[in-house]
Amino acid sequence: MNIDSIQNGVVLDHIQAGKSMDIYRYLHLDQLDCSVAIIKNVKSGKMGKKDIIKIDSPMEVDLDVLGYIDPNITVNIIRNGVRVEKKHLELPKKLVNVIHCKNPRCITVAEPQLDAIFLLSDPATHTYRCAYCETAKDKKF
Amino acid sequence: MPRNLIDITDLSVEEIDQLIATAEDIIANPVKYQDACAHKQLATLFFEPSTRTRLSFESAMLALGGNTLGFSEASSSSTAKGETVGDTIHTVSCYADIIAMRHPKEGAPFAASQFSEVPIINAGDGGHNHPTQTLTDLLTIHREKGRLNNFTIGFCGDLKFGRTVHSLVNALSRYDRINFVLISPTELKLPRYVKEEALKKKGIPYTQTTDLESVIPQLDILYMTRVQKERFFNEEDYLRLKDSYILTPEKLENAKADLSILHPLPRVNEITVAVDKDPRAAYWRQVKNGKYIRMALILKLLGIQV
Repeated sequence: MNIDSIQNGVVLDHIQAGKSMDIYRYLHLDQLDCSVAIIKNVKSGKMGKKDIIKIDSPMEVDLDVLGYIDPNITVNIIRNGVRVEKKHLELPKKLVNVIHCKNPRCITVAEPQLDAIFLLSDPATHTYRCAYCETAKDKKF
Repeated sequence: MPRNLIDITDLSVEEIDQLIATAEDIIANPVKYQDACAHKQLATLFFEPSTRTRLSFESAMLALGGNTLGFSEASSSSTAKGETVGDTIHTVSCYADIIAMRHPKEGAPFAASQFSEVPIINAGDGGHNHPTQTLTDLLTIHREKGRLNNFTIGFCGDLKFGRTVHSLVNALSRYDRINFVLISPTELKLPRYVKEEALKKKGIPYTQTTDLESVIPQLDILYMTRVQKERFFNEEDYLRLKDSYILTPEKLENAKADLSILHPLPRVNEITVAVDKDPRAAYWRQVKNGKYIRMALILKLLGIQV
């Protein structure tokens, strides 16, 4: 299978196999006009299998969203066909309007125009809690 | 940014100790404080009914020489017309110097704090938190026991929805050598996240039981709570659990002579009226302490030193 290298854009590497479509949705890549390649089940020495996403246009990637989904993903910035930066992610301490609270007693459910704010409560278990009502959001990825 | 009190952990242990010291000074020297908040206004925004909390806030502000305004139920505010918490707070912060707010939705005071230009005090948000009740409880324990460490405290009743319990467990977990005994029906146990965050992570010992009488002899403090009808979606569950624990003089026979019985009130029937005569019943003294600690808190958040 042959996927062209990109000249100016972003390569998301080391995505857990099978999770690339989740990232496609969370980053709203469907709204881009440029070429986007989703490569699934690529052989990987470290991971066995992995997914890769190539975006053929310079763009600001929301590192908080990516870090929440999977902090092991690497973000490669490509300029003129050359990788100029490799970003390693970490679990963000705060998420704003990425995930939403499901507690029916929470004010953000009654007033959904409020910013949905979650704070990292336990890095070991990737547990985030709603900043309003403290309800935990289980990691689904 | 104004200083708010949304969660009891917004205050450091040193700040809580200072508030208790101020409250003790207010009790000893009330005249010294009677004009401390002259020309200041406290708004009490109660989107949910309350007797003690609202009146104690108003009484506290009046005793400091200030004034109060506000509403006591959502139906008499623009909330009934669909106004958001943010818009209500924007409006009220134009009129008042400080806001005490109770709301049935969890996290509403935190939401309010993002829109307010004046200090917000959480006066209870659903089943979540009630930090000024916690300050009241801490002042009461301090006055009853002379310390905030080295005792065994039993929490009895609805530990699941009892916001006063969650806040007090959190607050006491920052003091030394406290044993927690959690007494509740299985369905109303303390939520796992409170146990994990406040107790397990800090290695604090606790026991859980459904039997009040078997543990009452070991307690220095017994914190009783009401099973709250308004927290249940299902009335059948409420009816089944509401009479789980009823404290009577007979049940107190095996308790320590210096036990202190606290209750955030209102009670329904979980403490019989006959217990009121027992000198160990500290809940009416607790009500009075609520006014003094709120006076101290208003002074602190307004940055007024006396």
